[in-house]
Amino acid sequence: MLNPLQKRMLRRRIVQAVPVLLLATFSVFMLLKLLPGDVAITLAGENATTERIEEIRRINGLDRPLLVQYGQWALNAVQGDLSESLLSGEEVTTTLARVFPNTLFIVCYAILLSIVIGVPLGLLAAARSGGLADRLVMVGSSVGVALPNFWIAMILVVALALNRQIFPATGFVSPWQDLSGAIWYATLPAVALAASGVAEVSRQLRSSLVEVLGSQHFRTLHAKGLPFRSILWRHGLKNVSVNLLTVISLLVNRTLAATVVVEVVFAVPGMGNTIVNATLQRDFPVVQGAVLVMVLTVITVNLITDMLYSVLDPRISQR
Amino acid sequence: MSAPILDVQDLSIGFSGRRGQPALPIVRDVTFRIGRGERVGLVGESGCGKSVTGLSLMRLLPGTARIGGRITLDGVDMARASRNEVRRMRGKKIAMIFQEPMSALDPVFTVGEQIAEALRLHETLPRAEERARVIEALAEVGIPAPAKRHDEYPHQLSGGMRQRVMIAMALINRPDLIIADEPTTALDVTIQAQIMELLTRLSEETGTALLFITHDLGVVAETCQRMITMYAGEIVEDAPVDAALVSPLHPYTSGLLRSLPHFNKEKGRFAYIPGRVPAPLAMPEGCRFAPRCPHAVEVCGRPQELRFAGAERRVRCIRADELSLDGAVAEVPA
Repeated sequence: MLNPLQKRMLRRRIVQAVPVLLLATFSVFMLLKLLPGDVAITLAGENATTERIEEIRRINGLDRPLLVQYGQWALNAVQGDLSESLLSGEEVTTTLARVFPNTLFIVCYAILLSIVIGVPLGLLAAARSGGLADRLVMVGSSVGVALPNFWIAMILVVALALNRQIFPATGFVSPWQDLSGAIWYATLPAVALAASGVAEVSRQLRSSLVEVLGSQHFRTLHAKGLPFRSILWRHGLKNVSVNLLTVISLLVNRTLAATVVVEVVFAVPGMGNTIVNATLQRDFPVVQGAVLVMVLTVITVNLITDMLYSVLDPRISQR
Repeated sequence: MSAPILDVQDLSIGFSGRRGQPALPIVRDVTFRIGRGERVGLVGESGCGKSVTGLSLMRLLPGTARIGGRITLDGVDMARASRNEVRRMRGKKIAMIFQEPMSALDPVFTVGEQIAEALRLHETLPRAEERARVIEALAEVGIPAPAKRHDEYPHQLSGGMRQRVMIAMALINRPDLIIADEPTTALDVTIQAQIMELLTRLSEETGTALLFITHDLGVVAETCQRMITMYAGEIVEDAPVDAALVSPLHPYTSGLLRSLPHFNKEKGRFAYIPGRVPAPLAMPEGCRFAPRCPHAVEVCGRPQELRFAGAERRVRCIRADELSLDGAVAEVPA
């Protein structure tokens, strides 16, 4: 399936990923330690003595130098052991396995919406470049980019979940158990996340399409007698597919980050909520594990994007 | 001449400016015909309106263009036909080859697919047969290993090869007329001759008429039967090539011919036409060439008609009869 060049690229990218992962987890670890507050105090409960807190620190290895603590964590992580939550004692891998699919589901849903709505809008705007439809789409996309997604999320909850009870306001159903229920519950979060995605996709698609539509090889297509819709859909889309792919891959990464806030609004048991709660409680193994998975996801998305470039555009050879 | 394949009457082209701005007239009073299988050269310097004229024949001008007059192609008025009608004519009746083969092909489709697409619009064939037809077309334009090239992308081909692909694409539906807009300008000199030879040969074999838009008079001399000279948006002369080369009737044609470095007798000096083309909004009322013309007299200040000078020649010069102008050659070698 992969040619030798692609295999070499894959190997190199995996090697490159190691320092990225180390750097990301290390900086998050250090930032957590900079925060005031201590998980040991929480664990010790109310009115605990100083000795009791010290003891808890010792038991959990929190009294050791920071570098040693990090080193121990990294060493275990390499072996697939992300240790346990300091608070609940649950294996971090178990937590992540439970919440990550939920986040992934919402992200995929949002990206799908961005593409399914954004691409036709971008095509429409480019086809009627300078016309009314074009201006409407462009104004709409400016608004979509400008509005913060958590605000859209709250407006959606008020409008579609509280005032008219079309969608549930909060909560989540796992797609593994009940797919239609999952879609039902994930719709509002996905729409909130997709607003800027639709705007981004349509805007970028329009501008790159307008450029290629005016190019010389598109004049050739007209001269051949091709109907405009096939010029637009077939040649237009394929010509801008590399740009579109770039936009979408950046969007996936941004949406992944944006779930942190949106999940809190909708009380979705996903990565975002997990990270927020763990951070508030200084439960660093959970934060570390979650960050590790997020960074891995971003690296994977980027890798897939790079591999797809050469499939979409024959001029890009795999170096 | 039997019924012409193309009959252009009083063609005028202007470009509308921004609101409040006057439209920019580019071409006016262009009338000419092309017979079936005829090869016609449309010459003139850059900006004289020859490319715009060529594009207008296929209705390929941008939306700001305003076209007047009639462009009758095989009974259909391309200036007024509906968009769908125009689309059906393109490829089937009239095709075009552009100047820049580097940028005229879609970079993300194989050349075979791009030719097949043109074929598919007018004929439905089984896949295998379609492929065979396209490979045959590639072979016809002299592309070696056509079956292999069929599946390659434009960036894998040289400039000359790409222009051959453009020619194959233009010819695949056997149109009645091909417009070639500076088809060799972007190519190496050695390739230029090959491409011109190919176009001439294919025109002879398939009976396709050719309109060469070029500023290369040598190309016209070698390949065309008739030469139409344009200056500042007007046709100034229309004559059989041999006659035009030996005894041009319009001082501008004569100037162009004498500007050919090749024919210059005096070494180290270039003959040229002094002055420059007037701007579209500052055209002289009379003969547009008069300000640069060595033979201009008072009467040239009056508007000039394109009038017949003999059965086969037309000229837009009031003094054509009294002047005896130099051509490029004293006589045409047999």
